[in-house]
Amino acid sequence: MLLLDRTVGNIAHITIEPSDRDPVSLYGTDAGTLVAVLKSTQQRSTLQSAAAFMPAITAIAHVRTVVGEILGSGFLTKGEAIAPVAVTGVEADQVSAISNIAGNLVAGSADLTIGNALIGSGLAKILGVRAGQTVTIRSERGIEQSVTVGGIFTLGVAGLDDAAVYLNIRAARVLFDLPEGLTRLEVKLDDLRLAPAVATDIANATGLKVTPWTAKNQQLLDGLVAQARSGDLIKGFALVTIVIGVASALLLSTYRRQSEIGIMRAMGATRRFVVFVFVIQGALIGLIGGLIGAGLGYASLLPFPLPEATGGGGLPIDIRQGAYGAAILLTLIGAILAAIWPASAAARVDPVKVIGP
Amino acid sequence: MTGTDPLLVVTGLVKTFDEGDASVTVLKGLDLTLERGEFAALLGPSGSGKSTLLNIMGTLMRPTSGAFEMLGLSLIGAQDVDLTEFRNQHIGFVFQAHNLLPDFTALENVMFPAATRKGRETVADRRRAVDLLSRVGLDDRRDFPASKLSGGQKQRVAVARALMNNPELVLADEPTGNLDRESANRVMELLVQINGADGTTFFISTHDEKIADRCRRQIHMVDGRVVDA
Repeated sequence: MLLLDRTVGNIAHITIEPSDRDPVSLYGTDAGTLVAVLKSTQQRSTLQSAAAFMPAITAIAHVRTVVGEILGSGFLTKGEAIAPVAVTGVEADQVSAISNIAGNLVAGSADLTIGNALIGSGLAKILGVRAGQTVTIRSERGIEQSVTVGGIFTLGVAGLDDAAVYLNIRAARVLFDLPEGLTRLEVKLDDLRLAPAVATDIANATGLKVTPWTAKNQQLLDGLVAQARSGDLIKGFALVTIVIGVASALLLSTYRRQSEIGIMRAMGATRRFVVFVFVIQGALIGLIGGLIGAGLGYASLLPFPLPEATGGGGLPIDIRQGAYGAAILLTLIGAILAAIWPASAAARVDPVKVIGP
Repeated sequence: MTGTDPLLVVTGLVKTFDEGDASVTVLKGLDLTLERGEFAALLGPSGSGKSTLLNIMGTLMRPTSGAFEMLGLSLIGAQDVDLTEFRNQHIGFVFQAHNLLPDFTALENVMFPAATRKGRETVADRRRAVDLLSRVGLDDRRDFPASKLSGGQKQRVAVARALMNNPELVLADEPTGNLDRESANRVMELLVQINGADGTTFFISTHDEKIADRCRRQIHMVDGRVVDA
């Protein structure tokens, strides 16, 4: 889960865009219906009544944040240097709602008042720009603005770090000549794994074109699922090792303690009593082993800083996600199961054969 | 059952051991009766079937055929769990090699038959175990691990353990076989004294004529049969 959060934490969990227009039926026949959809190149597709949808979307379960955005492309120039950019206009207080811009600043601040821009570190390097310097941005509409680079960020995603520019939404409206409406809405959830289900809920509630992050990142998702399965396999093998280890230890104990088992049986201990003794022994081995293992695991993770303390560059290791209780419980259950076979073998010991003269 | 009924009656007892294609018959139609309060020695050469008879009488082994009754109950065909419970309540064992649990103290060894029967230790059981250890002269050794005791002391702990559940019958297989003469005499005096005081029946398998001479009844076995009882 940590790796998943780390990998897709800086993208929207759900994207909401204007729906395609209803196709026009040219004519109907018994064999089917012929329709035509004309992708307009003359008119931009915008969410004209986005404000009306916001409360309904926010009210849907698991939705944490909804951010309205104006998107456009253009060029950023500094002297003779020029670079193509993707511009995102958002409200100043929502600049870090989707991508954690404020938490990944390498220079300047996350202040997004009108006249300020936040740019990726790759873009800053291409243009040779530092925080506090002025650059010119020219939109696809041919409109130019001079803005001050208020902050430079590194998200660790080349596509964003090399081309992203964040502007105040009002500045973006002027730049792209879009006095009302939004280009899209982006949604953050409290659990990114629920994105497909919540996307369906939003589509049903709004009728808009809703895309969960999983639809756009199928390969990434497949990779993460495979990674999770690898982890499960490792845990499974660890559990098998525990079972084999405990079973071997108890079988050895059964062999070495045959005479004692025989004495107990001769003194009136029932087979059930012998099974009970060995299962308890297995449980104790599992409990003590689980406690030691969890303790060693915790101790070995202590040197690693928490993920939020390392920004984006640290190892995806979080000491809080050790699942220590579950590890101890699984070890205990595994050890008890492993003890059943040796215990039944011990219960079958014939006292006559093992009590010597 | 009345007080004059025999404690144990064995009739036509046969025990055959199968070893692959071969089979060996060790007990060949043995008849034996033990009365309550007897102090009997079982004598016979090696291979005559003494240990096999003791194992069957102790419900540790099932006979191939024949009848076996104790306290008026037929033990032939009884379930294993019932035999275990019967053994725990009515039969005590003293083995040649004492067979104490080495990690247990003397007191814990003595208490074991009662604890395994009830699933826990009771104050009354602890008191009885302390009394028994005192009776066998090991008052000062009760908290010693069994592995730290001498041979004679271990055998006296084994005697105390055999008496813990106040059994009607104590089976002793060469109880002095591993002891020096002085320790052997002390153990035998102990058995005689307990038999006289409590009326517990003792059935002692031995090669030692001096030990057998101290028993009121001598039973001789030859080739799987009782020849002189």
